[in-house]
Amino acid sequence: MSEPTFSLRTSGRLRRRQLVSRAMGALAVGAALLAVAVLAIVVVSVASRGAGALNLDFFTKNQAQGFNPKGGGILFAIVGTGVLVGIATLIALPLGVLTAIYISELAPPKLARVARIALDITNGIPTIVIGIFVFAMIVEAHGQSALAGSIALAVIMVPLIARATEEVLLLVPSAQREASLALGVSRWRTTFGVVVPSAIGGILTGTTLAIARAAGETAPLLFLTSLGLSSQADANPLHPLQSMTLVIFEYSDQADPAYQAKAWAAAFTLMCFVLVTSLSAKLALARYRKKLGG
Amino acid sequence: MEAIRTRIDVSGHGRSPVAETREAVFEARDLCVFYGDQLAIDNVNIDIYQRLITAIIGPSGCGKSTFIRTLNRMTDLVSSASLTGQLRYRGIDLHGPKVDAVEVRRRIGMVFQKPNPFPKSIYDNVAWGLRILGMRKDLDQRVEKALRSAALWDEVKDRLGDSALGLSGGQQQRLCIARAIAAEPEVILFDEPASALDPISTSAIEDLMHELKRDYTLVIVTHNMQQAARVADMTAFFGLEVAPDESRRGVLVEYDETEKIFTNPSDKRTEGYVTGRFG
Repeated sequence: MSEPTFSLRTSGRLRRRQLVSRAMGALAVGAALLAVAVLAIVVVSVASRGAGALNLDFFTKNQAQGFNPKGGGILFAIVGTGVLVGIATLIALPLGVLTAIYISELAPPKLARVARIALDITNGIPTIVIGIFVFAMIVEAHGQSALAGSIALAVIMVPLIARATEEVLLLVPSAQREASLALGVSRWRTTFGVVVPSAIGGILTGTTLAIARAAGETAPLLFLTSLGLSSQADANPLHPLQSMTLVIFEYSDQADPAYQAKAWAAAFTLMCFVLVTSLSAKLALARYRKKLGG
Repeated sequence: MEAIRTRIDVSGHGRSPVAETREAVFEARDLCVFYGDQLAIDNVNIDIYQRLITAIIGPSGCGKSTFIRTLNRMTDLVSSASLTGQLRYRGIDLHGPKVDAVEVRRRIGMVFQKPNPFPKSIYDNVAWGLRILGMRKDLDQRVEKALRSAALWDEVKDRLGDSALGLSGGQQQRLCIARAIAAEPEVILFDEPASALDPISTSAIEDLMHELKRDYTLVIVTHNMQQAARVADMTAFFGLEVAPDESRRGVLVEYDETEKIFTNPSDKRTEGYVTGRFG
């Protein structure tokens, strides 16, 4: 046995490569930590400023009138957001689910791809642009209304619901469809009797995510349903209605610190709603996916 | 020949008499199936007879499943699939322009390789199709009858409301057979119905097929030769042919009574396959 003529230890170029590798790794870890930290900072700062102004009145009373901005609450905005998002869901859920059914069950592959891209692009349109569009279509002729706001929110929700639904429809095993079709059951009966029921959990969680997203939208509502600044609870969708996001926008701009405190409290409330709904929906979706896949 | 006879037992169980006296249910003439421009099965000519069990055997990729799926137009579900030649069912061109695939499948049921019960209760697995097909009268009796015919009733009668997904694989497959029977088809196609099952469940399914052939025409795809020998009256052997451009296609090599196929095949390729020298 002669002595080896080479070494397997780190040296020269390899040492440099290892240094670069370590540096890149550290950068990636740092970036990931920062992303998580941003969420933590937002949550903590909104909570510390908003939680203090929360009390039962805040959720159950309307804004006090006159010279006492400290009293009362934002019931009118909670009701307004409920109406806006509720109507938007009523519009977007059937449209989104039917679109998903078309893409996953009926469309030839090429058209399905086109429809999918169209949905993704719609999803990427700045929401203020959707707001302007609805403004030109409806508000210019009929004036502001919660309905106009709901339509804009529905435009935002449809692609979210459709894509989430499509994804779970694809997870339904094709053996299920074959079983039904082989019985002599028509395509649409197979879809609504076998495929959609199997996917219902995914459809609902996808819708919940879309609701959380719509509840946090401000831009498209600004010029669709914000006029007339009523501070009283009103549920008529043909009137302009306030919403949580609009209240945050308006109150944070007021000189009176009592209003600013309420803006923080509203922000905290909205944030909690969105965090809780989207987190639980995502967990439910993951569990559901596992069940369907396995 | 002696060696072959000992290898596969084809004796017994009251095999039906000569096929020629039977009425042909399916008649394929020069049937070719393409996926895109890829030829999958080439020029199949075959008559499948009423109230017999016809087995389709052959190596993997020879087009057995493709062929059986043309019989109830499940090939429609593959958008690239197309076919030429003729396939008649009781004299009607199955793939003719005015023939509705849904009506075809109502008359020609199918049981798949992997048990695929719906994620519903045992009862609803059978009843769901019946309700949709408008067979709502005496639903309970129909469900019971189908489950009895599929030799499953005694095992599930006390838990009809339980999920079908809790059944064993063999029970699930019998449930799928019950589901197919309940719709009162004329023909039942079995696409490798036992390949995912253990030997005991397999034997239960085979016994069941013998029962069923009194009322139904059965076609079974299997790559288990013993199974074909045990259950089938007629056996069709599909083989693979490699074209000059190296593309592979399925062809019908030989079709005859099962006993003849397994003991005295006319074609060298069949003999090679059934004696286990190839495939």
